[in-house]
Amino acid sequence: MMQPMQDLLASLPLVRAELLLVGFALAGVLIGAWGGDRLFGLLSALGVVTLAGAGVWSVMDAPVAPVQIFQGAMVIDGLGVFAKALIGLSAAAALALGADHFARSKDPRFEFPIMLALAALGMFIMVSAQDLISLYIGVELQGLCAYVLAAWRRDDALSSEAGLKYFVLSAIASGLLLFGASFVYGFTGSIHFDAIASATAEGGGVGLLFGLVLMLCALAFKMSAAPFHMWTPDVYEGAPTPVTAFFAAAPKVAAVVLMARVLYEPFAGLEPQWRQVVVALSAISMVWGSIGALMQTNLKRLMAYSSIGNMGFALMGLASGVAEGPSSALAYLALYLPANIGIFALILAMRRNGTPAETVADLAGLARSRPWMAALLTILLFSIAGIPPFAGFIGKFLVFRAAVDAGLIWLAVVGGVAAVVAAGYYLRLLSSAWFSAPAPRFDPASFPIAVTATAATALVFPIMVLTLGSLQSWAEAAVRMSF
Amino acid sequence: MIWMEAFAGLRDFLRDWPLLSIVTFLPAAGALLVLAARASLPGENPGFDRGVRLITLIVTIVTFVASLLAFAVFDPANDAYQMVENTPWAFGFAYRLGVDGLAMSLILLTTFLTPLCILASWSIEKQVASYMVLFLILETLMIGVFCAQDIVLFYFFFEAGLIPMFILIGVWGGARRVYAAFKFFLYTLLGSILMLVAIVAMIAIAGTSDIEALTAYARDTGFEPNIQNWLWLAFFASFAVKLPMWPVHTWLPDAHVEAPTAASVMLAAILLKMGGYGFLRFSLPMFPDASHFFTPMMFALSVVAIVWASLVAFRQLDMKKLIAYSSVAHMGFVTLGIFSGTMHGVQGAIFQMLSHGIISGALFLCVGVVYDRMHTREIAFYGGLVHRMPVYAAVFMLFTLGNVGLPGTSGFPGEILTMVGVFQVNVWAAAGACLGVVFSAAYALTLYRKVTLGVIENPKLAGIVDMDAREWITFAPLIIATLVMGLAPSLVLDFTHASAQAVATAFVGAAP
Repeated sequence: MMQPMQDLLASLPLVRAELLLVGFALAGVLIGAWGGDRLFGLLSALGVVTLAGAGVWSVMDAPVAPVQIFQGAMVIDGLGVFAKALIGLSAAAALALGADHFARSKDPRFEFPIMLALAALGMFIMVSAQDLISLYIGVELQGLCAYVLAAWRRDDALSSEAGLKYFVLSAIASGLLLFGASFVYGFTGSIHFDAIASATAEGGGVGLLFGLVLMLCALAFKMSAAPFHMWTPDVYEGAPTPVTAFFAAAPKVAAVVLMARVLYEPFAGLEPQWRQVVVALSAISMVWGSIGALMQTNLKRLMAYSSIGNMGFALMGLASGVAEGPSSALAYLALYLPANIGIFALILAMRRNGTPAETVADLAGLARSRPWMAALLTILLFSIAGIPPFAGFIGKFLVFRAAVDAGLIWLAVVGGVAAVVAAGYYLRLLSSAWFSAPAPRFDPASFPIAVTATAATALVFPIMVLTLGSLQSWAEAAVRMSF
Repeated sequence: MIWMEAFAGLRDFLRDWPLLSIVTFLPAAGALLVLAARASLPGENPGFDRGVRLITLIVTIVTFVASLLAFAVFDPANDAYQMVENTPWAFGFAYRLGVDGLAMSLILLTTFLTPLCILASWSIEKQVASYMVLFLILETLMIGVFCAQDIVLFYFFFEAGLIPMFILIGVWGGARRVYAAFKFFLYTLLGSILMLVAIVAMIAIAGTSDIEALTAYARDTGFEPNIQNWLWLAFFASFAVKLPMWPVHTWLPDAHVEAPTAASVMLAAILLKMGGYGFLRFSLPMFPDASHFFTPMMFALSVVAIVWASLVAFRQLDMKKLIAYSSVAHMGFVTLGIFSGTMHGVQGAIFQMLSHGIISGALFLCVGVVYDRMHTREIAFYGGLVHRMPVYAAVFMLFTLGNVGLPGTSGFPGEILTMVGVFQVNVWAAAGACLGVVFSAAYALTLYRKVTLGVIENPKLAGIVDMDAREWITFAPLIIATLVMGLAPSLVLDFTHASAQAVATAFVGAAP
């Protein structure tokens, strides 16, 4: 091990993307304190560039082999880089949507881009955690920013309720995480993933297993996998829509990647044990996500259940325990994110005389009055439902393949049936948009929203379908480097 | 023989062209053209709608011509896949196209019927551009299903076809269109998603997604019998719903009745054929042992479908519903023929598929003609149309007789071949199928009598006018096709001989 100072100096250049986020957040606070909310637009624009830049920068700085930094507390490797790219870009998209939304709703507060940047920083730490402390710090930094963001409209009862609910339930999950981590530390004598891995290589006792299960529960809570999903619909509904768009994208990636890391790095030796847990989480999430959504009328609650179901599919990849499992989960997320962000962009865009569409029935007549918006919505929904020729289908195909390779054919069949049920409620949205009687015209979409939605659709349809090979090989290379 | 030389020259000239890609994606390119026109000319505009109809018609005719060129290059004597295009894509899948006689004939059926459907859609007034775009996309996807030589690519096209059909039924359909669209989509999706899991498992076992290589693997190594049964059932779930077989046919009457005329035609003529095509392309050659194992079940289901659907058809009050049930019965013949595994049976099934595509499509168009005028499909509403619409009555007569399977029409060779094939393996199933032939005469002729013969009792029919030129142009090619296929069936049978031989050999070779 290097001397602490040398280690620090050697580590800092490797975390340029994280430093960029820190720098933006600190400078943003100063600028905001001096200039106030007038600078909301400027800071948001800067924030979009910073977040996207941080994502791109981590890719450009990607090492050829894993590099441990900060005395082994964090690692820069393929898995982390892949996740950071997704997190940076999806957070930037959410910020772009939010900047437009809050400017129009006359609620510009300069802290918004800063909170998003700090949340992204927390997720960057999560996905590169190499010991239990940095894991916890990442989760909490991300979480604290998320509670504030959920309660962003503090004079609105639903929004405050969302923030409070998220905070209280999340605190319990964090408690479980710490409790589990203390068990793991107690039974292995180390907080570092490598040391835990060597201690559990030959399996572990009941105490260690207890700790692992507690940690998995907490992580399942963070990624809103059933049966730890109860907060999701309320928070999604109460939070302002751009914040919901953010919740539905970046934190999911961070949580899934962190879970992949925990399962395949420190606890690889306990695979037979955790596999049962993850398989159960996956099956319950897929089934409950699709059934729960059937009766929802609120668009954002419906999307909440949709994200629960989709997390179930991502977990199916992780549950397989085979080499292509985590990479299929990564590819699944990479294909799920653009569709999800595009749908939220369209939800934001759907306004009549300034009143946002909130329920499924509010979509009525979309195809008549805004055919292009209806076309984008159709493509995005079919992608997220996993219907070819759109990219979401390939995501489903890959996790099915991982499950079948691992001998979990029944899980793939459960997933298939859940996907059909889920298609039922996506079709309800489309039915409202296409088949209902014409209703008053929708307002035209603002420029940032139109760009985001169109770009998301382009990613889901032609570009992704043609570049899928490179995406998949990237995900596989990332996983091969890391585990 | 100068024209022979010219023909050979044309074939040589076209040989290196990616003809199948061109045929497949020409309609999609047309859809982009319509979209571009729509984007540059926003707003309601009747002249624009006329232009869109015309563009779509031209695109579909050009596609038909392109498929004829592919037909010219195709060599029916060669039993390998032809005009193969192979571009590696991702995950070991490839963009692989290729056709044999079976696929080529179904592609021709598709490209032949689509322009007629566009002509029949001339009366659509609502959201014309969207309608035409969806129709063109549907055509691309349907051709793609028959061209695909990679099992994942096949699934891509197979399932994507649900999307345009869902919207076509839901937006332009009848009173219960939303219900019908949902039922159609979810029913078929549930079937196909089980097939997807089976496809994943097959690729995992055989290590390839190339249909030709999978068939070779099944022939040389073979999937384990126990696994084969499960895979067969998963594929069955998809194709039986699509075909549709009794008892999973219930989406079909709803979808048919509610869909706009042209979508009904596409549904009956092409989409149902995907089920039969799937059995011929996948179930029999890839899981021959399982196919043998399940043959008694298939025979039973087919005979029940034939007898039961015929009886149900007899009791229908709605013209489209009657034809829909007659489709179920006719598809029963197709599955009977396929699973007889004899050369006669398979050839008969293929012929029946093609003939049913033309005849049932034409019957739906016949319903469309009177529906456009009176906006009802209730059988009791009509009567005595022959007095006001003699030409229509004659055309309707021809297709009704085709539906019954009268010799001289294309309905006959398929039925007789199937029957001969089935008789060789199972007399009881053949006897049941014979019963269906009698019943089909009963319901089809009764429908014809009620609608066209007798005296006009309904005063609303007094002003009904006979077919106009556009409708004439729509029906003329169908009449010719029905008669040619009926009088010279060997034209088709020679063409599909090699494919049928391959299927029958694979099946008989696995006989226990």
